[in-house]
Amino acid sequence: MATAKPPPAQGKNDADDATENSQAPGGGADVVDVAGAAPVRHPLRWLAVAVLAVLFAQLVHFLTTNDNFEWDVVGSYFNAEIIGRGIATTLELTLVAMAIGIFGGVLIAVGRMSENRVLSAVCGAYVWFFRGVPVLVQLVLWYNMSALLPRVSFGIPFGPELVSGQTNELITPFLAAILGLGLNEAAYMAEIVRGGLLGVDPGQTEAASALGMGPARVLRRVVLPQAMRFIVPPTGSQVINMLKATSLVSVIALSDLLYTVQSIYNRTFETIPLLIVACLWYLVMTTVLYIGQSYIEHHYARGADRNAKQSFWDFAFFRRRPAHAGAAGAATTTEEDK
Amino acid sequence: MTGHDGTQTPMVVAHQVRKHFGQLEVLKAVDLTVGTGEVVVLLGPSGSGKSTFLRCINRLERLDGGSIHVQDELIGFRRTPAGIRHLKPREVTRQRRDIGMVFQHFNLFPHLTALANVIEAPTGVLREPKNEARARALELLERVGLADKADAYPRQLSGGQQQRVAIARALAMRPKLMLFDEPTSALDPELVGEVLATMRDLARDGLTMLVVTHEVNFAREVADRVVFMDGGRVLENGSPQDVLDNPAHPRTRSFLSRFLTASPAPER
Ligand SMILES: Nc1ncnc2c1ncn2[C@@H]1O[C@H](COP(=O)(O)OP(=O)(O)OP(=O)(O)O)[C@@H](O)[C@H]1O
Ligand SMILES: [Mg+2]
Repeated sequence: MATAKPPPAQGKNDADDATENSQAPGGGADVVDVAGAAPVRHPLRWLAVAVLAVLFAQLVHFLTTNDNFEWDVVGSYFNAEIIGRGIATTLELTLVAMAIGIFGGVLIAVGRMSENRVLSAVCGAYVWFFRGVPVLVQLVLWYNMSALLPRVSFGIPFGPELVSGQTNELITPFLAAILGLGLNEAAYMAEIVRGGLLGVDPGQTEAASALGMGPARVLRRVVLPQAMRFIVPPTGSQVINMLKATSLVSVIALSDLLYTVQSIYNRTFETIPLLIVACLWYLVMTTVLYIGQSYIEHHYARGADRNAKQSFWDFAFFRRRPAHAGAAGAATTTEEDK
Repeated sequence: MTGHDGTQTPMVVAHQVRKHFGQLEVLKAVDLTVGTGEVVVLLGPSGSGKSTFLRCINRLERLDGGSIHVQDELIGFRRTPAGIRHLKPREVTRQRRDIGMVFQHFNLFPHLTALANVIEAPTGVLREPKNEARARALELLERVGLADKADAYPRQLSGGQQQRVAIARALAMRPKLMLFDEPTSALDPELVGEVLATMRDLARDGLTMLVVTHEVNFAREVADRVVFMDGGRVLENGSPQDVLDNPAHPRTRSFLSRFLTASPAPER
């Protein structure tokens, strides 16, 4: 960069003499034009970039020259139908378990905030239990439920049975997985929902009640929509966590993505390439979920900001839209304010 | 029950209303009547129980003794042969429909536009058809001078504009009675006038209003009656001239002196 010094002010002496006191701060300063000033240099940043570039080159070299990756095997399985079925199971589990988690979470959160002490205590105990026991243990427990209760029946309590059956037949691996993951998730979602509801100004409930809205309507139309701003972002990460947590169900022999690749490499011994297939697919799914989450967050940011219009991509990459996009003097600014 | 003296039934009859929070007695036997079409201004120092009293009228607070009738309907309770019983939540909700309330901090629904704020209760609670509610909401926004802000979100409005939307929102339920709890206290001084003008307008149209405010000039100009509360009791109850210029009680005098010296003589 040319060190463009500001041209020495012509009337330096004049300024010094004539306007020593009348000139504003720093009396007698040169007349300065900051346009074209040289940016601050960051030698350490450049060093860091250089180090990273070397490491990246090494990584590429490792990935391409190590034959153990067997990239051709990765390629041949990546689109295999059996993998597709594993992915479908993983997605199905995520969806159903999250649905149970969200629905149950809202109920438990509302129950915990109820004025009814018994209800509130029971909901509190639920959260305590399901957050306290590792989800892997819960999965195995549900899977082995038949050892605890050989038969299950539904009917009038202490009265006649209406339906009954063998627990073994009733609780399939899929149902065990759904129960394990969903009920556990409900406990976490309950805390998220409760935090969101408590985050809404109580004045909102008062104003809505004063208009003659009943408690259920106040919750649905006024409090929940506002609580969503606090609930949705953590729920998005819960979905992504859930997607990854579904891989735990491989311990109860349910053919999700992980169990499917395991059962293949147990036969073919192509362990690493198949695990890479699983990694790649998990990455694809979590990336898609992440993008979806940004859309939803954007939706709920309405009214939160005076200029609530932000493009999706700004949002996705956590960019704050500059106050005046494309303002003058935009000479390729490479620095990002952090 | 009172008010059967040949004239119209009073809008509000509060009789010996008592309320405490734990050990703290906030209302100690408050008696107050608000006639239909009357504008009553409630004055009093901070903590004297003005807000609590207002909130008892629409049962945002439960009273502990005495009674409040609105148009001869007992608020919050029901008389049965076996004695007085609490109303069910659903019935309390029903009673609130006819009583509008405007809050110090507006409490607009921030996730809804001004228009949606106004039509929320008429469509949701009264089941008015959407287009009818919309048309009426636009009329109300026009009336408070905000027809052009129908699509703005509360955060995009000034405090004075938000409070006027809040007034329109309350009016949309066609309330018989409007309660105002310090509607201008959270506003910058230059925004107070627009809200008071809107309220003056409502008073002129004959709406029954019970207003807690420190705007003594508004009281003098608009109120039919001024009530002074202190320590959970009504100390003074009379025409604006009597209460503001000739207070009987020394507490009233010392309270008023702060405002009368602070604010200039009434304009116009
Ligand atoms: N929910 C509550 N729980 C406990 N105490 C309360 C509650 N609400 C009000 N109080 C107390 O009751 C008293 C009267 O409060 P209130 O809000 O009615 O006063 P106010 O006359 O409206 O005062 P201000 O002019 O400050 O608004 C105060 O001492 C207050 O601290
Ligand atoms: Mg108050």
